[in-house]
Amino acid sequence: MAIPFIYNVRSVRQRWASAIVAVLGIAGTVGVFVAMLSMARGFRATLVASGSPGNAIVLRAGAASEMVSILTGADVQVIENVSGVERGEAGPLVSPEVVVIAAFPLKKTGTDANVQVRGVSPRVLQVRSGVRIVEGRMFTAGLNELVAGRNVAGTYAGLDLGRTVKFGGGTWTVVGIFDAGGSAFDSELWCDALVLDQVYMRPPNIYQSVTVHLASEAAFGGFRDALTSDPRLTVETERERTYYEKNSEALTAMITFLGTLVAFVMGIGAVFGALNTMYSAVSERTREIATMRALGFGGGSVVASVVVESLLIAGLGGVLGAAAILPINGWTTGTINFQTFSHLAFAFRVTPDLMGIGVAFALLMGLVGGLPPAIRAVRRPVASALREL
Amino acid sequence: MKDLALILANLGRKKIRTALTIGSFAAALFLFGLLIAFRGSINQGVEVAGADRLIVINRVSLTQPLPISYRDQIEQVQGVEAVTYATWFGGVYQDERNFFPQIAIDPPTWRPMYPEFLVSDEEWAAFLKDRQACIAGQATAQRFGWKIGDRIPIRGTYIPGVWEFNLVGIYRGARPDDDTTQFWFRRDYLEENGPDYWKGLVGWYIVKVSDPDRAPAVVAAIDERFSNSPWETKTETEKAFAASFVKQIGNIEFLILSIGAVVFVTLLLVTGNTMAIAVRERTGELAVLKTVGFGDGRVLRLVLGEALFLALFGGALGILGAAAAAPQMSRFMYGANIRVPASQMLVGIALALFAGALAGALPALSAMRLRVVDALRRV
Repeated sequence: MAIPFIYNVRSVRQRWASAIVAVLGIAGTVGVFVAMLSMARGFRATLVASGSPGNAIVLRAGAASEMVSILTGADVQVIENVSGVERGEAGPLVSPEVVVIAAFPLKKTGTDANVQVRGVSPRVLQVRSGVRIVEGRMFTAGLNELVAGRNVAGTYAGLDLGRTVKFGGGTWTVVGIFDAGGSAFDSELWCDALVLDQVYMRPPNIYQSVTVHLASEAAFGGFRDALTSDPRLTVETERERTYYEKNSEALTAMITFLGTLVAFVMGIGAVFGALNTMYSAVSERTREIATMRALGFGGGSVVASVVVESLLIAGLGGVLGAAAILPINGWTTGTINFQTFSHLAFAFRVTPDLMGIGVAFALLMGLVGGLPPAIRAVRRPVASALREL
Repeated sequence: MKDLALILANLGRKKIRTALTIGSFAAALFLFGLLIAFRGSINQGVEVAGADRLIVINRVSLTQPLPISYRDQIEQVQGVEAVTYATWFGGVYQDERNFFPQIAIDPPTWRPMYPEFLVSDEEWAAFLKDRQACIAGQATAQRFGWKIGDRIPIRGTYIPGVWEFNLVGIYRGARPDDDTTQFWFRRDYLEENGPDYWKGLVGWYIVKVSDPDRAPAVVAAIDERFSNSPWETKTETEKAFAASFVKQIGNIEFLILSIGAVVFVTLLLVTGNTMAIAVRERTGELAVLKTVGFGDGRVLRLVLGEALFLALFGGALGILGAAAAAPQMSRFMYGANIRVPASQMLVGIALALFAGALAGALPALSAMRLRVVDALRRV
């Protein structure tokens, strides 16, 4: 027969001081765990959002990222005419791009951080349909004009709408702000690729990547086959989304590793706390438990009852910890992405499933912390336990 | 002395509880140690940076090159003692994940610039003799199991082709925190076999100043000299250069401090709770002790001593564990040198003792204030 749950609730209330300590210990662990994972999630989500499902990115064969890829103007012309490329009124929806890095002072610290400056085709807004101008206007082809991502103006000094900045031997005017839906582009500056090449005195007609808007998502297979079998090209292509997912891997893996390690070690500490609480709960109630067993409650139901009590404490802690960390959802922070050497703003993402993982982690701690004391509670012979003071 | 025996006897009474409390101290200090080591590995570049060295990069960003002709011009700047230069190769060894910095260097000027990187004279002579020679840092050589004489193929990224190098030497760091992950090869080899658009260019210059106190003047003079040229420069002390990287990683310090604070408070609660339980269970005994003549202060010391003992023992266990485990983490950090310095170990133990004292204070005070009559009646 099961011991009623209300018994556990009352018993926790009876020892509230020690129960609160155990609850807080577990809440702290769960909070740190969820916070670290939400950081990894946010970083990854920001990069993955940069790729649209209907786009493909073309790089030189063997190049892992845009930073190290080179494509010529001739390559671009061939790519434009491959089947599967969507055509707009003004021609194929293709954006040959150049990426350079320029250093601007961070507003927060005053020290320089690297911003990616992306030279794009003037048709880029049709190629990347998720990006729209929210203030000002798009740059004019051929002029030294910049449009800045949503996060740029807020993060760096001197890049507000209408300001002029000097870099790369040119003077530029910020003429617009664009919103790229929380993706990595929000941390970039965009301008005309041809102008960027000139200002940086790079050889003309050299690009790093080509982003292609496909006729349909399904057209990718045919597009890739056509590209890789073309003898004029030594390129490789990926869905844009896959490319950015790969770009986020290293840092996501590092944060997740660090977060899990921290949570694991903290978890051990919290389990020790829970064990202490439950051991003393059981030993204070030696006679009580023996009495229940004498009344006919089986060993199994006593074990279940103690474990349930421990799970109750842990569950409370888990919910509290996950709820306490919820306000960081949406906080924006930034870090350097070593795969592009540039600074990237991203937001913490506390999702329901992460909170679920946090509570599950808490319950696991409760189980580990409750089982040994539970077993100890039933291992003492009833007669000798009853005799105890 | 008698009190110590009493404290130990009390700790031995509930062995599981004692072990668990020591365990939670150990877990917290273990975490503290790892975080400190992690932070240290990030700040390493800043801490070992040479006070007398400046880094000159392209004003636009460090990925843009500078002309080789700047070398002579920088040398003429007053206060400059020596100049060397380097180029980032950015190649891939076997797999993307096997990252380590490959740098094309100018052999004659490089070695005197970095006296902290130790290479034997024979190995250096071999490096000067062979155009395809390379020297790897100890950490990188160990990571990939390289031996002297190995041929190492590296696939270029922005510089095309697969390049092969002969490993002729392995350098060590003079101090434990020196970066031994670098891989050096000769710039003349790169210049000869690299693409045309890369000829006559270098990645960055390293400048030694004769007087570190005059570094700001030298910084200004160098940047002044190249201002309004197509290749403007940005000169920084090596420390500032390294620090700007650390700052871009984000607020690691804040992250570590907040995790540390949560752990610390949690620990405080757990031990405070344990000590409170221990005192509550022993109310009767403590009253008896007082009855037989133990003073208030002595009872206070007994309870506090117990908490401090747990803290010391658990703390030492945790921090030593972290010191042993930290080097294992380097595998996840591109072979960087990760360790817990002795001074930080002491800080950790001091923190643990502080937590122990704080946690023990309340129960110890209540034990001290215990009135014998009340306590004995409670039983």
